[in-house]
Amino acid sequence: MTLSTSASSNTRTVLGPLADIPPGEGRSYVVGGETIAVFHLRDGSLRAVSAVCPHKGGPLADGQIDNRVVVCPLHLNAWDLATGCSQSGQPPIDVYPVRADGDLIVLGD
Amino acid sequence: MSQRLVVIGNGMAGARTVEEILARNGDFTVTMFGDEPYGNYNRIMLSNLLAGVETEDGIFLNDLAWYQENGITLNAGVKIQRIDKARKVVFGDDGSETPYDKLIIATGSYAWTPPIKGIHHPKRGYHQGVFAFRTLDDTRAMIRYARDHERAVVIGGGLLGLEAARGLQNHLNHVTLLHAMGHLMNTQLDAKAGSMLKDSIENKLGIDVIVDAMTSEILGKDRVTGVKLGDGTVIECDVVVVAAGIRPNTQVAADSELPVERGIVVDDQMRVRGESDVYAVGECAQHRGEMYGLVAPLWDQAKVLADHITGRDLDAAYTGSKISTKLKVAGIDVASMGLKEPATDEDEVIVYSEPRKGVYKQIIIRDGVLVGATLVGDNRKAAGLIQAFDRGMALPEERAELLFDIGGPAGEVAPADMPDDAQVCNCNGVSKGAICGAVSAGCKTVGGVMDKTRAGKGCGTCKPLVQRIVEWAAGGEVEEDPAASWYVPGVPMPKPELMAAIRKYELKSVSSVFDKLVPGGEHDAKSKMGLASLLKMMWADEYVDERDARFINDRVHGNIQRDGTFSVVPQMKGGVTSPAQLRKIADVAEKYDVPMVKLTGGQRIDLLGVPKEKLPAIWADLDMPSGYAYAKSFRTVKTCVGSDFCRFGVGDSTALGIALEERYQGLEGPGKMKLAVTGCPRNCAEAYCKDLGVVAIDGGKWEIYVGGAAGAHIRKGDLLTTVGTAEEVIRLTGRFLQYYRENANWLERTYTFVPRIGIDRIREIVVDDADGVAADLDAAVEEAVQAYKDPWKERAEPATPGQFRTSLPLTVLPQVPVRS
Repeated sequence: MTLSTSASSNTRTVLGPLADIPPGEGRSYVVGGETIAVFHLRDGSLRAVSAVCPHKGGPLADGQIDNRVVVCPLHLNAWDLATGCSQSGQPPIDVYPVRADGDLIVLGD
Repeated sequence: MSQRLVVIGNGMAGARTVEEILARNGDFTVTMFGDEPYGNYNRIMLSNLLAGVETEDGIFLNDLAWYQENGITLNAGVKIQRIDKARKVVFGDDGSETPYDKLIIATGSYAWTPPIKGIHHPKRGYHQGVFAFRTLDDTRAMIRYARDHERAVVIGGGLLGLEAARGLQNHLNHVTLLHAMGHLMNTQLDAKAGSMLKDSIENKLGIDVIVDAMTSEILGKDRVTGVKLGDGTVIECDVVVVAAGIRPNTQVAADSELPVERGIVVDDQMRVRGESDVYAVGECAQHRGEMYGLVAPLWDQAKVLADHITGRDLDAAYTGSKISTKLKVAGIDVASMGLKEPATDEDEVIVYSEPRKGVYKQIIIRDGVLVGATLVGDNRKAAGLIQAFDRGMALPEERAELLFDIGGPAGEVAPADMPDDAQVCNCNGVSKGAICGAVSAGCKTVGGVMDKTRAGKGCGTCKPLVQRIVEWAAGGEVEEDPAASWYVPGVPMPKPELMAAIRKYELKSVSSVFDKLVPGGEHDAKSKMGLASLLKMMWADEYVDERDARFINDRVHGNIQRDGTFSVVPQMKGGVTSPAQLRKIADVAEKYDVPMVKLTGGQRIDLLGVPKEKLPAIWADLDMPSGYAYAKSFRTVKTCVGSDFCRFGVGDSTALGIALEERYQGLEGPGKMKLAVTGCPRNCAEAYCKDLGVVAIDGGKWEIYVGGAAGAHIRKGDLLTTVGTAEEVIRLTGRFLQYYRENANWLERTYTFVPRIGIDRIREIVVDDADGVAADLDAAVEEAVQAYKDPWKERAEPATPGQFRTSLPLTVLPQVPVRS
């Protein structure tokens, strides 16, 4: 089962404790065979995107973020965390619904 | 109903203005009057016509069909004699009366004839064999006559005279150029440049040039046989061309009670002073006391006039033009702009002169801005100079770069000459076409285009070329990048203001800087690293370290590789190691199956391909301090074997290198700091091209060089000073590095920083303590030295949850079961 189908069928997946991701940073998770990068924004909210940079395969979870974008650590391409759109002419990345439920990170609607 | 627009003058100014009005869909019925019985031709090209490199067809800008297609009534060959402002009517010499609602006077200029005896013939205007050089008819007649004659004299050594002389060579054997002033092109050039041009004209073209030549008489009874000069010299000739200057055609305006001084006086909207419906444009117009005889200002005037008369932009204003010319004068490159000579003692004048090649270059700089330039014999740098002059751009500290292409192929090509698929950015593979595409998609700042295309975001060497392409593609409509002066893109302040604000509000964390200093408080990912570096430098151990402000390299103290693994470079001070250390490294490399072990350029050993999660264990087994091969910080001190073993060494470079590294290890800064100490001027440790390089010289002394580079940019460092002891080297190194840390822009390496500030100024501050800040710099760097902690000790307990957890599926990640 791929993540997108699980997300579209309103499944909810608990990724782990919110405390696992320090504010302003990202961590990778493998969900249903796919690797996704989850970011804990400094405004408290969460974002989840595909973990691999479509440019040259960089680890997006190691990238720096603000409340809008993630910057890949390898070549500094940037993507909008809400839409997945590139700000530097690269293909878009997938975006997944994610939220905090109490102390937990919950993937899915 | 459309308004009636009458244009007096069908030259370049009149026709161009009408074109601009048509382009704005101005609703006018246009009637044009021209003295000459033709459409509109490019007067500048008459020289080419004379020289035989252009045909008559080729010089026409608007043929008669154009007038027809645009519904313009052209009265070619009809001269307007008077304007009746009250009745709004113009009177032609054919007896016609033409009413107007709006009137444009674009009468241009006529060729001025100096009062020389015998130049005129009572019946036929000029004496037979004498020609002016202004119109197509003049040129035709001149060509026809010259063909059957032998020797020509051109009176006037300005631009037009030179062109005439060159063109006439095409039709007869011998040309002499007479100029009444002391040097050629005296309006544009200083005496030196003028004399250089004279030499080239004589030696390369074979035209005789006589300066200070007052022509007193044209000789010959029914046709020209020679000219006589004021000193009695007689020059035999059968053709005389008068190119002694032009005067504006203002008679019709003066006769019609319009304000005329040197030209017809106009306001900033190109309206004749005091008139609401009469405009004047081009060579006949006098604007803010200036008259212009070149096309570029004319184009600007035409646009403003058209904006105003059509109501497209009633606030459009012409505020004058900065005059610059770049041309081939009689086959020789000449460019001039602004001042031809310095006006005050403070003006900075840079002159290069190479008479044998006929090359002369002069630039005049005032308050850091280009106010004048003259080039003769080599126009390659003209475009850049004109741009710098027009826009008052900041000039390179290396003034020579204004006159010559120094190094770097990026400096040489003109954007217009490059094919679309030419690769501009060799790091990120960005073509000229891609850059132009970003511009035409609406990106009008250099920074914006760089962000969008990634051009110039690699090593940065191509940035100047990217900038020129953007400027070229935007057709001069490049917007100032407000962020260009900011320390980081997300906080709108240059470094000094930013530091002052950080101190004022005691901002000790990166997020507090965004919250307090950015309007709206928006955080910016790309600014975090620079701010973290700055805050750490400013607050040392009071700095509130938010881990997310760090780049991944600084979070895990290794350099991220293309596959998401990291490199591990232990400290190896001065590049000196021991069998025990090597054995330990070998054991670790084997134990962890390190895919590659490599010597670095900084004389250390690199363990490459280490997964993030293994870093703490490797550090523990190595039990060596970090070599900082990943941070914007003090990196290494490369050394040679110095005096211990080398038979040439004159100083103990290894000991000094180790001492420097021991003291300044890990010091963060706006950019990397790579150092070297070499034991003699043979420079085996490559100290001349380091951020700071120390060279032992005979007599127990040490030279300190700063601002060197041997990466994408190659630069030999500037000699800061020579000192007598290793202690002084260590002290001045700290002081210089601290000055750099406090004053350089983010990611500005010393090779840019040092020339920007100037080595003399840096020496004043760092060596001579002219500003009295040396003690503060010493204290600040001492505090940073004391705050040093080996980051590889941060291994027993991760600093944050999952600090060393992998981010790529290289190994098993937390497997989260999916539940439906």
